[in-house]
Parts: sequence; C-alpha cells; structure tokens
Amino acid sequence: MNLRREMKTFLRTVIGRAYPRVIGMRREKSWMLFEVLLPLLQVAAFVYIYQAIGAPPEFTGFVVLGGAMTAYWMNVLWSMASQLYWEKETGNLELYIIAPTSRMAILIGMAAGGIMTTTIRAVGVLTLGVLIFRVPMEVTDVPALVGVFLLTLVALYGLGMLLASLFLLWGRQAWHLANLLQEPVFLVSGFYFPVRALGFLVALGASIVPITLGLDAMRQLLFPQMMEGFRFLPVGTQLGALAVQAVVFLFLAHRALRYFEDRARREGRLTLRGL
Amino acid sequence: MQAREYSIETKDLTRVFRVKRREARGEKREITALDRADLAVERGELFGVLGPNGAGKTTLIKILATLLSPTSGTARVAGVDVVANPWEVRRHIGMVSGGESSGYGLLTVEENLWMFSQFYGMRGADVRKRIKELLEVVGLADGAKTKIYHLSTGMRQKMNFARGFLTDPEILFLDEPTIGLDVQTARTLRAYIRKWMDDHPDRTILLTTHYMYEADELCDRVAIIDQGKVLACDTPAALKRDLQEEAVFRLKVEGDLDPEKLLRGIAGVHRFTHAARDGHAQLDLILADENVLLPVLSGIQGTGGRLVSLEKRAPTLEDVFIRLVGHGLNEGGDAGGASEPAP
Ligand SMILES: Nc1ncnc2c1ncn2[C@@H]1O[C@H](COP(=O)(O)OP(=O)(O)OP(=O)(O)O)[C@@H](O)[C@H]1O
Ligand SMILES: [Mg+2]
Repeated sequence: MNLRREMKTFLRTVIGRAYPRVIGMRREKSWMLFEVLLPLLQVAAFVYIYQAIGAPPEFTGFVVLGGAMTAYWMNVLWSMASQLYWEKETGNLELYIIAPTSRMAILIGMAAGGIMTTTIRAVGVLTLGVLIFRVPMEVTDVPALVGVFLLTLVALYGLGMLLASLFLLWGRQAWHLANLLQEPVFLVSGFYFPVRALGFLVALGASIVPITLGLDAMRQLLFPQMMEGFRFLPVGTQLGALAVQAVVFLFLAHRALRYFEDRARREGRLTLRGL
Repeated sequence: MQAREYSIETKDLTRVFRVKRREARGEKREITALDRADLAVERGELFGVLGPNGAGKTTLIKILATLLSPTSGTARVAGVDVVANPWEVRRHIGMVSGGESSGYGLLTVEENLWMFSQFYGMRGADVRKRIKELLEVVGLADGAKTKIYHLSTGMRQKMNFARGFLTDPEILFLDEPTIGLDVQTARTLRAYIRKWMDDHPDRTILLTTHYMYEADELCDRVAIIDQGKVLACDTPAALKRDLQEEAVFRLKVEGDLDPEKLLRGIAGVHRFTHAARDGHAQLDLILADENVLLPVLSGIQGTGGRLVSLEKRAPTLEDVFIRLVGHGLNEGGDAGGASEPAP
C-alpha cells in the first residue's frame, strides 16, 4: 500500500519543519546568550530571597530547576500555541494546508525543533545555576527522572499543539490569551517553589499544565529529603497522570486541528484577506 | 460518448463573505465574491482568469486549492470534489500567489525550497537537482545561498515561483504570478510557464491576472470575470473576434471637454473610456462601425476641442473587457493601463 510512502512523507515533514528552528538557533547565537542569562537573573532574584530568609540550600535547587523548565513553558506558549497565528500572517499556513501531508507532522516538527533549541537553553540555565549557586543535588532514580522529564515534554507540547489549533480561529485574541497565561502559570505551577505550598486544591488545578506535575516529580527525585514535607503527589501517580495527559492532549490536538481547520475554512479564516 | 474529463470544473460556484461593519454596530454586510461561476478547464490547458481588483480571482483559487469552502455550488479539481475530499485534491495541486511572503527569514533560498519539498515527501537528492535547475530558470542561481530576509520583493517572488514548480504538480494555481515584477523578470517567468506547459502536455495551469497582455499572450483560454461573475470564456482570439464587427479607436484630444457629456448623446458609441495623459484627454471608443466616428469628431470640434491624434486599433482583451463590463480593467486603480507590462 501507500502506507510506506505516507510514513516517509510524515517523517520528512517533521524533519523539514524542525529544520528552521534548529538552524535558526545556530544562526542567531547571540540570542542564546540572552535567553540563558535572563532566566538566570530571575533565578538569582529568588535565590537571594531564599538565602536572605535563611531557607535551606535545597530551595536554591528548586528555583534553578524551575528556571530551567520555564524555558519550555515559554517555548510552548510563544513558539507552539501562537505559532500558527504567525504562520498565517506570513502566508506559510496556506502552504502547509494545501500540502499533501499531515498537519500533526507539521506540529510535531515544530515541537521537535522547539524542544531541541529549548533544551540547550534549559541545560545552560541548569548548569550555570548549579555551578554558581552550588546546588546540593542527589540523583536517586535516573530512569524515573528521565521518564518524568520526557513525559512532561510530550504532555506539555501536546498541550501546545492543542492550543495551536485554537489559534487557527481566534488569531489575535488567542495571542492575548497566551500573554495572559504566561505569568499566572509561572506562579501556580510552582516554577520557583514547590507547588504544594499553594495548597492541594490549587496544585490540583494547576496540574492541567503538565509542567506542574513534572516539576514536582523531578524535585522529589532530585531533592528527596527536602521534598518530603512538600510532596504534592507520589512520583508514581504523577508519572501515570503525565502519561494520561500526553495521550489525551495529543488526541485532542489531532481532533481540534481537524475541527478548527474545517471551521476556519468555512469562515474564510485560514487565509489572510486580500493576499 | 464518454463525458470529457476536466482538470477543473465548477458549477454555480458561489462564495459569500459576511463582514462586520464596525461603524454600523455589528450589523453584517454580505459580499458575494464569487457568483454562480461555471468554469471547465481541460487537462493540458493554460487557463487564464482575467478580472479587475476584487473580481473574485483569489477567492476562486482559494476554493480550488481547498483553503476556502464555497457557500454553494460545487468545484472539482482533478475529478475530485474539493469539499468532500480535500485530502485527495491536495495530492494533485500546487499554488503560488504573487506577493506572498512565505518562508523563514533565517533560511536560505535553497533551504526554504527544500523545506517545502519535504511536505511533499520528496527525496533529498532529487530536490537538490530540481532546485538548482529552477533557480537557474528564474535567474536566482546566485541567490541560492542568500538568507531570504535579505531578498528583494522580486527575488522573493522568483523563489516562490520556483517553489510552485518544484513539486511538479499536476494542476498549478498561479495567482497574479508577475504582479509587481519588472518587465524583464515578468517576461522570463511567463516564458517559463509557457515552456513548462509545452514540455508537460498533461499538466494544467490556472493563472489569474489583471494584465490583459499576460492573458492574451500566455493563455489558451481566458475567462473574464467581474464582481464574481464569469462574463465570457473563450480563446483570446475568439473573444476579440466578437468585437470585429465594431470599430475600436483611440483619440487624443486637446482642450477642455467633458467626454461623458459629449459621447453619451451619440448613437452608436457602444463603450468608451477616457483618461488624462500628459495634458491630453485620451479616449478609447468602441463604435458600432466606422461611420460613428464622424459625429464624434464633429462633437469634439463643437466643444472647442482639438484632435491631436487618431488611431484605429485592433481590438485587445482590454476592449473585450470594456465591452462586457462598461469600464476599463485597471480603472479605479492607478491610471488606466499604466501598470500594464510592456510586451
Ligand atoms: N476573507 C474575506 N472576508 C471578507 N471579504 C473578503 C474576504 N476575501 C475576499 N473578500 C472580498 O471578496 C471580493 C473578492 O476578493 P478577491 O480577493 O477574490 O478578488 P481578486 O480578484 O483576487 O482581487 P485582486 O486583484 O485585488 O487580488 C472582494 O470584494 C474582497 O474584499
Ligand atoms: Mg487576488
């Protein structure tokens, strides 16, 4: 059958769409510096507050880890969710739509490229943070840690793809939504402190953003003693929840993309007017 | 007999846009961008759609390219209904719009073209060869390694043009492919379009334009549309032949005169357009026959105008358009025909 061909096209699409992201990063190295330094400054602010109030050194670790993971949230908001809006403005969206390829492949390519560039950023923040602030870390369970990290990414970028399809219809309004989502999510998903501090219910609500669970689990695995008092849910539960989120978000993204594409086509919103 | 197989076929194709009017507090206004359009394009044809701004050319292409749903009516591309089965349609088509700004600025021309080819599942080695060939053809070989944010508008358009042919589509939609290009570049691209069609007799191109010269020179058949309606559809020669009975004149006149007032009253003046040209009034007339010229000339004299030049012209598609619509193709935009590329 044509299945082989379809799979090849799928794969080529993913690579093709990931390419500009990866190469873009290589061509704008100076940006990289800012994108590592700015989060690091923010991390530093929290670190000094914690030190000033005499918090245990593990708290520095919480913040550095949170700082590294924020990079992914920013990437999902600004380079996944709102991406299709920009693609529409430049006319790329039309070309994606008329290509005989899967839209999911395009979004996965976008995500893959985004994850690659963001990982370099996150590793930069993490390494410098650990070195500068001398974070005491003990890696207890490497497979679990890797598992949590990867599942968090899949679920998070799945959410990004779901949001992206909303942008097909809403355009500019959705852009405001992304703006609106940025700061509150920083606060409630516990980027700079264990989410449990906000109370169980808030933490539960914030868990809709996969990074909440991911961060909490990773902290438990890296700072087991300190997290004993702040544990939101057991790591196993969080792993399971992340897996469910990954599947659900990807499935919903797939469905939403079809639905919104059809609606946008009827309402004449897939293309710019008068282009 | 077996029904003829068309590459593109539309029946009663209609698209209505609802636009909110801000000043009227949410009240909706409807624009009929395409109004019961019937078209049938045969495989192997280079088919032109000629019409002024806002005629519905882009709307037509977007419906055919599965980017927009029709409000009513049907459209089939490569024998497939665009609404029922857009996925299948996409295997057969390609599209380039004049003035589009697609691609990623940080990528080079080559890389951008490669990226788009990947969405068609093309093999790396084949793609590189095709890209090289096409960039030669459009005269962008030197720019292959240029990042596209450094490209001029014309270079960008050449790249987009190359992209359209890169995937070797069975049916290609070109929406005003030469708009905004200099004469030389436009000529190069037109020549390539013609050559590609001659080399690939099984391919079909639907090209929109508001340059009548382009439609005339390039297209096997032309549909003239205005305000969403197909007014005529035939070969350029046949369209012009319909005007053969009539006489087409261009007059230049000096002096203060009101052409509207002058010409409205003369029987046998079928259509006219006028424009101010370096101090003269230029009148283009379609007359029932040559005899009508006499009353026109005496009318001019009567109002104190002085005839500077008089020319009897062979009818052009522009005249066909004027005959059908009542005004010139580029009127309402910049001065009539001024943006026309020279032959
Ligand atoms: N998305 C849209 N929403 C509302 N109105 C639209 C939309 N797209 C097109 N129109 C209207 O439909 C009509 C036809 O537009 P279209 O773009 O098809 O014309 P065109 O022949 O391509 O013109 P041009 O030569 O300017 O490109 C115009 O009146 C235009 O304003
Ligand atoms: Mg148009």
